[in-house]
Amino acid sequence: MNMRLRAIALNTFKEAVRNKVFYLLVVLGVTTALSSQIISMLTIGDKVKVLKDVGLASIDFFCVLIAVFTGINLVYKEIEKKTIYNIVSKPISRSNFIIGKFMGLALTLLVALVSMAAIFFFFLYISTGEFDVKILLYFFCLYLELLIIIGISMVFSSFSTPILSSIFTISLYLIGQVTWTFNQFKDRLVKPLEKTVAYFFYYILPNLEKFNIKNAVVMKTELDSYLIANTIIYGFCYTSALLILAILIFNKREFQ
Amino acid sequence: MNALEIKNLKKSFRSNFAVKVYHILKGIDIAVEKGEIYGFLGPNGAGKTTTMKCILGIIFPDSGEISILGQPANRAESRRNVGFLPEHPYFYDYLTAEELLLFTGMLFSLPKKKILERSKELIELVGLKAKRDLKLKKYSKGMIQRVGLAQALVHDPDFIILDEPFSGLDPIGRKELRDIILSLKNAGKTIFFSSHILQDMELMVDRVGIILDGEIKKQGKLSDLISHSVRYYEIVFTGIDEKTLQDQQVKYALQDANYITKLETNEEANQRIEWITKNKGKILSVAPVKMTLEDIFLKEINQ
Repeated sequence: MNMRLRAIALNTFKEAVRNKVFYLLVVLGVTTALSSQIISMLTIGDKVKVLKDVGLASIDFFCVLIAVFTGINLVYKEIEKKTIYNIVSKPISRSNFIIGKFMGLALTLLVALVSMAAIFFFFLYISTGEFDVKILLYFFCLYLELLIIIGISMVFSSFSTPILSSIFTISLYLIGQVTWTFNQFKDRLVKPLEKTVAYFFYYILPNLEKFNIKNAVVMKTELDSYLIANTIIYGFCYTSALLILAILIFNKREFQ
Repeated sequence: MNALEIKNLKKSFRSNFAVKVYHILKGIDIAVEKGEIYGFLGPNGAGKTTTMKCILGIIFPDSGEISILGQPANRAESRRNVGFLPEHPYFYDYLTAEELLLFTGMLFSLPKKKILERSKELIELVGLKAKRDLKLKKYSKGMIQRVGLAQALVHDPDFIILDEPFSGLDPIGRKELRDIILSLKNAGKTIFFSSHILQDMELMVDRVGIILDGEIKKQGKLSDLISHSVRYYEIVFTGIDEKTLQDQQVKYALQDANYITKLETNEEANQRIEWITKNKGKILSVAPVKMTLEDIFLKEINQ
């Protein structure tokens, strides 16, 4: 890796992990995931299913929170605290800065996710004695989803304030959970214009539900390898598009 | 080839909703020769920092050309051999001085071993050896300024841009910084810096540019600007009684039983010396009082 990219990425990672909020969210995520043990004890029926369901959902929730929080803060803070002067005045292109920042955030999320996942696996193994490889695939898909969230937060924070960026990113995340409905909706529409609008939203908005394979993992149903491959390609393409957009905005940005 | 060349640089900003346009730089030309110390002088809001930001790609000029060591400034690579200390520098406060220098060195693609060696030298040079392991959030303003200078020099650049480098430094710190800047010049580096502290500037710069309201009002060698500008001649004399002086309507001031008189031109001074000698007075000293940089600066502002 190019040394400049590595410098930006490692520094971003360092900044994120030296922030107490990061640890708080990781600890909360682990605690909530482990509380699924207690919930499963109080449940009548398939205890393992409840354990996995609640555990994975809480890791998902806290990882998304970390992605939004770090993604928005770490780019905006560079501009707000004027540390960006010290970067753009060096022989580093703005696109390298955005890519380096993204890589640092991706590494931060990877560390958070792996820590939470490792603890979750450990306790799942103690409780049930099983090691479900499909859960690994679930975490991989969740990670792809998190990369998209980082990308969205970087796009917004490259031109907006942290509060607005948070609102926009969380809104897009929530919309992203139901984007698939536009696909069903367009089939019911008759007018070409309405169909086009439905198509537009379906393709332009992030379809985050694609990454949610929790039901298949918890219910132990078969996973379609074609759909998984499609999800992986979609994740990489969408993230790349977001990064290109963030770079285009950032290239025009002046720091006064 | 000049270290820095700016031709007809213009920059304007728009107010919110683009109602009003503020012309900050109105077509400035600057040429900084290699190996010199160039002082960039101007009151607050004159356009000094805007010029520096345009040079370093922090903001984009509306029009004009900027080249750094022969390369167009809009290319990131043109900054490879440039060190920059911003005004009121802000660094990652969760890093130590050593970590900041390592980070900066990596941005210049320097090998880690070389950065660590250089960091050691620079931390010592700027007097932060005892505080090297402290996080920057614990640093005072003056210490931040010092570490800012160290990061500007980590890659041993040929061209160094310093925006208000003396702000936040105590008199000892200012003296040390002056010595560092002069030693950099002796090592063949080019320094382009702005400062409000004119005495410091006067002690160091080879050439000076005065910017006012987005225009360069005066530019040239400091020695030329000052040597052509004798403000007045001061003659100190004694041995003449006050009545004679008053009769001749000589303006004077008394100091320790000596008279001090100020004359604007060389001719007036010669005539007065003749008159004092004729009246059996004793001349103690004759001194041309030259314009200081501050006088030149204030004169430009008042015009």
